[in-house]
Amino acid sequence: METAYLIETVIKIVTILLVFSALAGIGTYFERKVLAFMQRRLGPMNVGPYGIAQVAADGIKLFTKEDIVPTNVVGPIFKIAPVITAATAFMAAAAIPFLPSFEIGGYVVNPIVSDINVGILYVLAVMAVGFYGPLLGGMASANKYALLSAARGAAVFISYEVITGLSLLAPLMMVGSFSLIDLNNFQIEGYWMVVYQPVAMVLFLIAGFAETGRTPFHLVANDHEIIDGFGTEYSGMRWGLFFIGEYANMFFYAFLISILFFGGFGDGSVLGAFALLGKVSFFFFFFLWTRAAWPDVRPDQLMWLCWKVLMPLAVINIVITGFVMMF
Amino acid sequence: MLKALQNRFKHSIYLEKSNILSLKEEEIFEAVKLAFDEGGTLLLDITIIDYLDFISPQKERFALIYNIRHKTFKQNLLLKCFLSEAKAQSVSSIYKAANWLERECYDQYGIVFEHHPNLKRILNHWQFEGFPLRKDYAITKGQLCTQSVNLMPEMNERLLEKGLITKDKEGNYSKCEKDLMFINIGPSHPATHGTIRNFCAMDGETVIANVSEIGYLHRGFEKSCENHTYNQIIPYTDRLDYCSATTNNVAFAKTVEEMLGLTLPPRAVAIRVLVMELSRIINHLVCLAAQLVDMGALTNYWYLYNPRETAYDFFSKLTGARLTNSYMRIGGMSYDLYEGYEDDLKIIMKEIEEGVSISLGMIEHNRIFHDRTQNVCPVSASEAINLGLSGPNLRAAGVQYDLRSAKPYYLYNDLDFDVIVGSVGDIYDRIMVRFEEINQSLRIMKQLLGNIPDGDICVNDASVVLPSKENVYGSIEGTMNHFKLIYEGVKVPEQEYYSCIEATNGELGFFIVADGSGRPHKVKVRAPSFGAMSAYTQMVEGSMLADAVLNLGSINIIAGEMDR
Repeated sequence: METAYLIETVIKIVTILLVFSALAGIGTYFERKVLAFMQRRLGPMNVGPYGIAQVAADGIKLFTKEDIVPTNVVGPIFKIAPVITAATAFMAAAAIPFLPSFEIGGYVVNPIVSDINVGILYVLAVMAVGFYGPLLGGMASANKYALLSAARGAAVFISYEVITGLSLLAPLMMVGSFSLIDLNNFQIEGYWMVVYQPVAMVLFLIAGFAETGRTPFHLVANDHEIIDGFGTEYSGMRWGLFFIGEYANMFFYAFLISILFFGGFGDGSVLGAFALLGKVSFFFFFFLWTRAAWPDVRPDQLMWLCWKVLMPLAVINIVITGFVMMF
Repeated sequence: MLKALQNRFKHSIYLEKSNILSLKEEEIFEAVKLAFDEGGTLLLDITIIDYLDFISPQKERFALIYNIRHKTFKQNLLLKCFLSEAKAQSVSSIYKAANWLERECYDQYGIVFEHHPNLKRILNHWQFEGFPLRKDYAITKGQLCTQSVNLMPEMNERLLEKGLITKDKEGNYSKCEKDLMFINIGPSHPATHGTIRNFCAMDGETVIANVSEIGYLHRGFEKSCENHTYNQIIPYTDRLDYCSATTNNVAFAKTVEEMLGLTLPPRAVAIRVLVMELSRIINHLVCLAAQLVDMGALTNYWYLYNPRETAYDFFSKLTGARLTNSYMRIGGMSYDLYEGYEDDLKIIMKEIEEGVSISLGMIEHNRIFHDRTQNVCPVSASEAINLGLSGPNLRAAGVQYDLRSAKPYYLYNDLDFDVIVGSVGDIYDRIMVRFEEINQSLRIMKQLLGNIPDGDICVNDASVVLPSKENVYGSIEGTMNHFKLIYEGVKVPEQEYYSCIEATNGELGFFIVADGSGRPHKVKVRAPSFGAMSAYTQMVEGSMLADAVLNLGSINIIAGEMDR
C-alpha cells in the first residue's frame, strides 16, 4: 500500500510538472493568437502550420541562449530567484484537484497530489512565497529599474494578498472547510458559490489579476515604464523560469476560481471533468481578453483601489455573511 | 506691437518684406521686454546670423534675431541687432522658451548670453570643440563623442532651485534629506520614442527633478543646408518630422517660393493641402498609437496603425517613397496625382475613420484611461505659451492658435474646419485634441476630393522649375537650362525671410538668409518639438514615473525635428 501510494504520488507530481510546463508554453501560443485575432493581425504563422511550432522554437531559443550573470549582481540570490517563482507555482498545485477521481482497472485515482485539510490555505501561502522571486530577483539585479519593479512588486503583492484572503473568508465560513474537495462538493447540493458570494468572486478575480501581474495590473514588469522590471537583467532559461511561473500561476488561478466559485467538477462525472476544463479555459481566455481590451493602471491607483475600495468591500462582505449565517 | 516698438525706438529700421525691425545692440533687451509687454507673448525662435564672407558687407560679423509672435497669433515680428562682441543678454527671465533657444545659439555660434541660468551645449555633444554653424568651421570636420555627459552638476542646480539641497561657499552641495534615486530614462528606453535622455531624481516613484539631454539625433541639418542648393535641401527636410515628411517639404518650399515671389498654380496648391492633411493624420495616428501602447492599451496600436499602412501605400504610389517622400520642389512638386487616386483616398479615409472610431470606443469611456490621463501633467494656457509650445499641445491647453485659421495660407480660408481646443492642458486633452484633429483633417480632405482643379502642378518659370525631359533631350536651351538649375540651383535674391505653416506638431517655420546665389547663406528651422521638449521638465516634475513616460508620448517629440 505504501509503495503504491508513493509511486502514485510521484507519477502525479511528474504529470503535473510536465503538463503545466508544457501548458505554459502552449499558453503563450494561445495568448499570441488570441491577442492577434483581437488586434486584427495573424500572430505567429511561420513555424509549423498556423505557427503552432513557435512554442518549440521559443523553447529551444530559451534553452540555448547564453546564461548571463552580470558583474554587480548578488550572485546566489540572482540565480535562485527564478527558481523560487517556478517552484512555488508548481508546489501550489499539490492541493488543487484538477479532475474528479476516476478508476483505472479497479484502482481509484484521485487527481490531486494531496488532499490536505487546509488545502486552500496551503495554496495561497505557497503562492505568496512565490512573490519572493520577483522581489529578490529585482533587488539582486543591481539595476534601478529592477529595483523599482521589486518595490512595486512588494507593495502590490502584499496588498493584494490581503484581498485574496479576505475575499475567500466569506465562502470558507459558509463551507466550514479549507479543503478544495469539500469546497467543490458543497456546490453539488446547492447552487454555485458565485450565487451566494458574487462580491467575493469579483474581489478574488481582481486580486488574481494583481497577483499574476496581468493587465490592467501589469506593473511589476511593465515594459513601457520600467523595461522588463525584475526580468531586465535575466536571459535565457532563467528568464524562462519566471515566465513559466507566471503562466503556471495563471492556470492555477483559473482552476481556483473555477473550483471555488463556479462549481468545480461538480458530482465527478465525465461531463463535470470537461466542464471544469471548459471553465478553466474560459478564465485563462479572460486573462488574455482583458489584456487586449484595457490599459494599465498606475501603481498608486492600484494601491488606492486595494485599500480604499476592495478591502472595505471584502470586510463588509464578511460581516454580512456572518450575520446571515447567524440568523 | 510693431508701432509701439517704432515709437519707442525712433532710430529703428523696419523692413516691410522681411518683417524685420533692426535695432541697436544696447536697445535689444529693452525691445524684447517691450514686445512682451505689448502682447508678443510667444517667443518663436532666437538665432544668430554669421555674416562672415557674406556677399554684401555688413556692420558686424554676428547679428542676433528674435522671432516673436503676437498674442492674437496673426502677426509675428523679427527683431534684429548686430553684435559687436560675441555676447548678448539672456531673455530667459522673460520667456522660459528662451532657455534652450539661447543654449542652441551658444552651442552653434558661440554667442555667450549673460545671466543665462545654464549656458551649455545642447545639440552638439559636450566634448565638441568649436562652433559648427560659424562660417569658418569646415563642414567636413565631424567630431566624435567618446563618453556620455555627466548630468549630475545640472541636476544639483535643479535640486538647489527647488530648495532640496544647499550649496556651501566652496561650491559643494549638501546631501538631500530625501533618499533620492537617480535614474536615466533613455537614451535607450522603450518609452523615449526616439533617442532622448531624461535624467530623473526619483523619490520612490515620484519624479522630483528632471534634466533632459537631447541631441542624440543631431546631424547638422542647418550646416548641410548652407552647402546645398535649395532643391537639394528638400530631401533633408523629410528627415525633420519624419512622421509627416511632406509637411516639412511644403514648409520649406513655401518659404523659398515666397522669397522668390512665386504664385503656385491652383492645382499645385490643392494637392499640397491634400497631402499635408493626409500626413497630418498619419502623424497623429503614430503619436496616438504609440502613446496608448505606453499606457498598456496594446490593441489600439493596430487599430490605428493598419489604416496608416494603407496611407503609406498611397504615398509610395504617389511619390515613390513611403516615409521620406521628398514630394515637393521649389515652385511645385515632382509628380502629378496618378489616375485613380480618388478611389484609393476614399478607401484610406474610410479605414482611418473606422480605426479612429473603434479605438475611441475602447478608451473614451474607460475609467482606467481617464484616471491615467485626466489632470496628469497639466500645463495652463499662459504657461504653455511662455514655454513655447505650439500646435496640438498648445491647443490642448485651451489656446485657440492654429495658423490655418489665424493666418490662413493656401486654401485654408475657403475650407471648412474647426480648430480643436482642450480645456485643462493635461494628457487627456492632448490625446483628444489629436483624435478630433484627425476627423477635421478628414473633413478637409473630403472637401478637396473631386474639387481639385486641372492645370499645371508647377509654376511656369524656367528659372525655377526644371524643363521637361523632351526639352532637355531635344533642345540645347533645355539642356543648358537643366544643367544650370542642377548645378547652380534656384537663385534666390538677397534677403532675410521667415515663413511658417501649421505642421502636425505646431508652428513649423523656416528662417532663411539668401545671398543671391543658389545656396542659402543660412537656414534656421523653428521646430515645434524643440519647444515642447524644453517644456517637458516643468511638466513632469512632481508626477509619477508612469506619468512622465506618458507625457513624453503625449507631447509627441519627434527627435529628427528636435535635434536636427
